[in-house]
Amino acid sequence: MRRHAVLWSMVVLAVAMVTPFVIVALNAVKTPEEYSSGGPLRLPEGVSLDGIIAFWDRVDYGEKLLNSAVISGSVAVLAVVVSVFNAYALGIGRVRGRLWVLVVFLTANTLPQEALVYPLYYIANEVGLYDTKLSVIIVFTAIQSAFGTYLLTSTLSGFPRELLDAARIDGATKWQALVRVVVPISRPTLGVLFVFFFIWTWNEFFLPLVLLISNENQTVPVALGVLQGQRLMDATMTSASALLGVVPAIAFFLIFQRALTRGITVGAVK
Amino acid sequence: MSALRERRSYLLYLVPGGLLLLAVILVPFGMNIGISFTEWTGVGEPEWVGAENYLRLLSDGTFWASFRHNVALVVAMAVVPTLLGLVVAAALFDHIGKHFGSRHAAVLRACVYLPQVLPIAVAGIVWSWILAPKDGALNEVLRAVGLEALARNWLGDPDLALWSLMGVLVWMQLGYPVVIFMAGMGRLDPALHEAAELDGASWWGRFRHVTVPGLRPEIFVVLLTCTIAALKVFAPIYVLTRGGPGGATNVPAYYSFQNFFERTRVGYGAAIATVLTVLVLVLTAVFLRVQQRGER
Repeated sequence: MRRHAVLWSMVVLAVAMVTPFVIVALNAVKTPEEYSSGGPLRLPEGVSLDGIIAFWDRVDYGEKLLNSAVISGSVAVLAVVVSVFNAYALGIGRVRGRLWVLVVFLTANTLPQEALVYPLYYIANEVGLYDTKLSVIIVFTAIQSAFGTYLLTSTLSGFPRELLDAARIDGATKWQALVRVVVPISRPTLGVLFVFFFIWTWNEFFLPLVLLISNENQTVPVALGVLQGQRLMDATMTSASALLGVVPAIAFFLIFQRALTRGITVGAVK
Repeated sequence: MSALRERRSYLLYLVPGGLLLLAVILVPFGMNIGISFTEWTGVGEPEWVGAENYLRLLSDGTFWASFRHNVALVVAMAVVPTLLGLVVAAALFDHIGKHFGSRHAAVLRACVYLPQVLPIAVAGIVWSWILAPKDGALNEVLRAVGLEALARNWLGDPDLALWSLMGVLVWMQLGYPVVIFMAGMGRLDPALHEAAELDGASWWGRFRHVTVPGLRPEIFVVLLTCTIAALKVFAPIYVLTRGGPGGATNVPAYYSFQNFFERTRVGYGAAIATVLTVLVLVLTAVFLRVQQRGER
């Protein structure tokens, strides 16, 4: 009896957590007339894609998806590469003062973006990168790799020395040891980092909001957030926009589920 | 000698990362501190005013109010999710995982975790629509079950807005501690639990004396990361309330943004951001200190 009480209370909690998603999905497929006559809770009479199509056209959603994918993908690749370089020097190379360097990286990772935003905005303007995807890519490569460096350095400082010695005896240069020994063996960790960097960058809002002012450069969260702020959309279009914002996130969630559950425990040191 | 050169050649690998760190984080951070001692609209020359911005902060009611709101958000994003997360994780792990199979537990965990994968801006849109005063889903539900008297302007009423925001943040944040704590429970030695059970300890007794102490490292990590996240919270405010109504949900992060880009009082915004940074860094240092002492 008590067992079931616990089960049911957990089921109720799970349903409560998921309900907002369900309500959004239900209303995204209604027509505006249906919505105004039946309210948000009545089941839709059929699947109307009007709201979704209207929203898609209005913000050119395909373009926003592409922007987000280009930015997040580039950042994930570049930040993994930079993290590997840094961690190779710090964790395996054990350069002098590495502890202090690590502290700097870790501190950089905790700084609020508010304390960077105006200078970044100003510098981007000065060097002509303001309102370009490249500016956001550079900024987030730096921010994400600060975390990646910290995480990977602790992983690589436990890297089996014998393998590196063996590579050196075989005449491998440092570069070859990195590319042929360290990277292949660390691939699972690098994969998790890639996934994290991609999703974190995809979800970023504040700095992209400031750095990407023109429509054709905006990412999905920025375009949705800005449009929401203008309060120009009707109810069905709002839920259509929310649904379109939710879908990629859930898709990543499912695709990367494995890496995520493995990675969350890795991320626990953050 | 050759060992030294050997080590030095690794320094080359620090060059790209070091330059990025310098250009994107260290230099801008230094600039921000510099700007905070000036009066500047963002164009023309900044005018040096010394500590004036900081002195003005001390007597700025909006600034202090924004910090009080931030404390409320720490409760909503760190304290409540940690406490609730412990109970939910224990129920899922100990109870449902054991009596109904780990598949059930995994599905329920996934449901609780789902809000975490959403971009916060998108979650904000979902909720601003649910909480809308006229035809929002929450008010419609209340009407449908005959509790129309409870329908409110959830985000538009200055007395309610902060509470509504806190509720939304708990929903967003809960999945994170649940997943971390469940992973931590997998690490704990089941023999401890069995021994306590043989000694006749109740579930609550085992929870308090075995599970919670065992999860200390995870609890620390969750409290620290969530508290920092709460201090930096921006997107939900921007999308849900814009700091309103009447400043009722303003927080330092949003207040600095307003000064930077809406009021073009860049120096003042920089001072707010600097104070926020100091707070975050001090908090991090204190947490890490306490954690280290706990491990010894």
